[in-house]
Amino acid sequence: MSRRLILTGNDAAAEAMRQIDPDVVAAFPITPQTELMHKFAEHVADGEVKAELVLVESEHSAMSATVGAAAAGARSMTATSANGLALMWEIVYIAASYRLPIVMPVVNRALSGPINIHCDHSDTMGCRDTGWIQLYSENAQEVYDNILQAIRIAESPEVLLPVMVTFDGFIISHTAEVLEALEDDIVTKWVGEYDPKYTLLDTDNPMTFGPLDLQDYYFEHKRQQMEAMREAPAAVKKIGKLYGEISGRQYELIERYQLDDAEFVVVALGSTCGTAKVVIDELRAQGKKVGLLKIRCFRPFPETEIAEAIKNAKAIAVLDRSVSFGAPGGPVHKEIKAALFGTGSTAGLVNYVYGLGGRDISMDHIKQTFADLETIADSGTPTDSLRFLGLRE
Amino acid sequence: MPGLKQLAQRPDLMAGGHRACAGCLPMTGMRQTLLTAGKDTVCGCATGCVEVVTTIYPYTAWKTPFIHSAFENSAATISGAEAAYRSLRRQGKVDKEINFIAFGGDGGTYDIGLQALSGAMERGHNMLYVCYDNQAYMNTGIQRSGGTPKGTATSTTPAGKVVPGKKQFPKPLTEIMIAHNIPYVAQCTPGFPKDLSDKVEKALAIDGPAFINMLTPCTRGWRYPMEESMEVARLAVETCFWPIFEVEHGKIRVTRKPKEKIPVVKWLENQGRFRHLFKEENKYIIDEIQAEVDRYWEWLLKREALSQA
Repeated sequence: MSRRLILTGNDAAAEAMRQIDPDVVAAFPITPQTELMHKFAEHVADGEVKAELVLVESEHSAMSATVGAAAAGARSMTATSANGLALMWEIVYIAASYRLPIVMPVVNRALSGPINIHCDHSDTMGCRDTGWIQLYSENAQEVYDNILQAIRIAESPEVLLPVMVTFDGFIISHTAEVLEALEDDIVTKWVGEYDPKYTLLDTDNPMTFGPLDLQDYYFEHKRQQMEAMREAPAAVKKIGKLYGEISGRQYELIERYQLDDAEFVVVALGSTCGTAKVVIDELRAQGKKVGLLKIRCFRPFPETEIAEAIKNAKAIAVLDRSVSFGAPGGPVHKEIKAALFGTGSTAGLVNYVYGLGGRDISMDHIKQTFADLETIADSGTPTDSLRFLGLRE
Repeated sequence: MPGLKQLAQRPDLMAGGHRACAGCLPMTGMRQTLLTAGKDTVCGCATGCVEVVTTIYPYTAWKTPFIHSAFENSAATISGAEAAYRSLRRQGKVDKEINFIAFGGDGGTYDIGLQALSGAMERGHNMLYVCYDNQAYMNTGIQRSGGTPKGTATSTTPAGKVVPGKKQFPKPLTEIMIAHNIPYVAQCTPGFPKDLSDKVEKALAIDGPAFINMLTPCTRGWRYPMEESMEVARLAVETCFWPIFEVEHGKIRVTRKPKEKIPVVKWLENQGRFRHLFKEENKYIIDEIQAEVDRYWEWLLKREALSQA
């Protein structure tokens, strides 16, 4: 029972939002997120959704209004990119700390400066420690599927954390693909009614949200937030499985592509995974034992599952589409390295930074990466373990 | 409009035992506002004195629903709550009438929160924004804000050997809000509680956004004896330093016209923050303040006459 549609990533996100039909959506334009909200605004203008669309004067107010709406008991969403996410960062952190189950598509774009409107992951990687669950999407189908699952994950009583569904600017957001969408009534049943325990509108049981929390309690509240994040992987997996039952597409924290017997492994997230899969198919046909570890859920980071998935690798290349200035490698690389620590892995590990500011990554780049891994497997982790793909030097 | 006796008999919605300083007029203003608004009111407040003294976890002084998010987003946060209310009400999930009030100090309103306030008012949310204006960033230690009067000594504009306090006149925030063409804008002070209550009542009854600028003297920052807060507030009105008036759908009404306009120096001389202005070399600043008070008062009266004509 599904509909085959040709949609861009932005339109797929707007389609998911139309079907979810949240109570409140706040929006402020930023490229490449704009078309998502154009489409949703059309649904509002045509009376197809019940959402109150709040067209704010900045992303800071977008997240602030979303927080106010969520605290008032409304299922609330917003969406942004890059500098917009950076501007709302203060309230992004507050949204998670207040345990508000907001779902926000983020269309990945490079952070300024210099200003650039194209894809990299510096925006969402920059707020990887804000307490939001982060789901990265490989294509428009996953954008749609992840947003529908995000509502259920965020609102799980044992979790109650906001979820960012990310997808690559232009590469996914502006590229039309065929995808399968569910029927409206199935989605309505899937997301169900949002019924929060405490709301601002319950004036007979007045609650104070966001009190001043000093030395004697703040620490315990942060500990509770960590506990919610600890509960999240099980919820992501459970909901991914349930979603498989209604859609035929089951989701996990990570995707293991040709990984079981892979000796040479590329680790990536987002649209690059699609490119890597084509390369792997080619190399497998030549008899090479190559595979991909795709990280879908970057926060919380599924450390144990990842370590298990790549334990037999002889050499691993971690692809980072962002930089962690001054750190020994990109954000994904550091997490992988930490996940392998103490597992006895003797794999050579190399980090490739690629695609900053929308620089294209080609199949040849990934082929080169696998070729490099064969060399590294013989010689161990190289001294130049931070490398670049597609960079002129 | 309820009288003061009736208001006094209503249940207090701001619990005692909060941590405000003795003589804190912002808290008096909160109490007066809530007595008028009643319990079916969702309140929000910017980071600042009021938020800090009323909500130290695990305690809260608010007997209405309350949310604090950050310094600059009180208006945006309450606009979201009001949007949620409209949405849920349309869906039949909420049926009662609920008021929405966003509070912010002068720092959170004149300065860091001005954009969020402007946006919320322009969007036409059915909410009231109340600025409790104590004319400096009191919570962080009395730094100057865009609402601090000219000549004021603050922590960041001290009365030094060369610079005699703040150099600039305050930003005309109430005028900025009038220029938003929203249905209701007013100035008031807890020094005139009936006037304040009437304005809150009107602001909440009006369909659409409303803004009230409430002058709330701060005993610590203004440096006067704590028992004199109400007198200091009233004298601000009697000197026409802080005219109390309302603009309802464009019609201006000055709600108190002092029989005898007291010279502003009488208001300045009781406050330690202006003490340096009384040095011979600084007295010209007092003259400048008086001239600005006179100019604005005359302009206000002229516009009142014009709008009533």
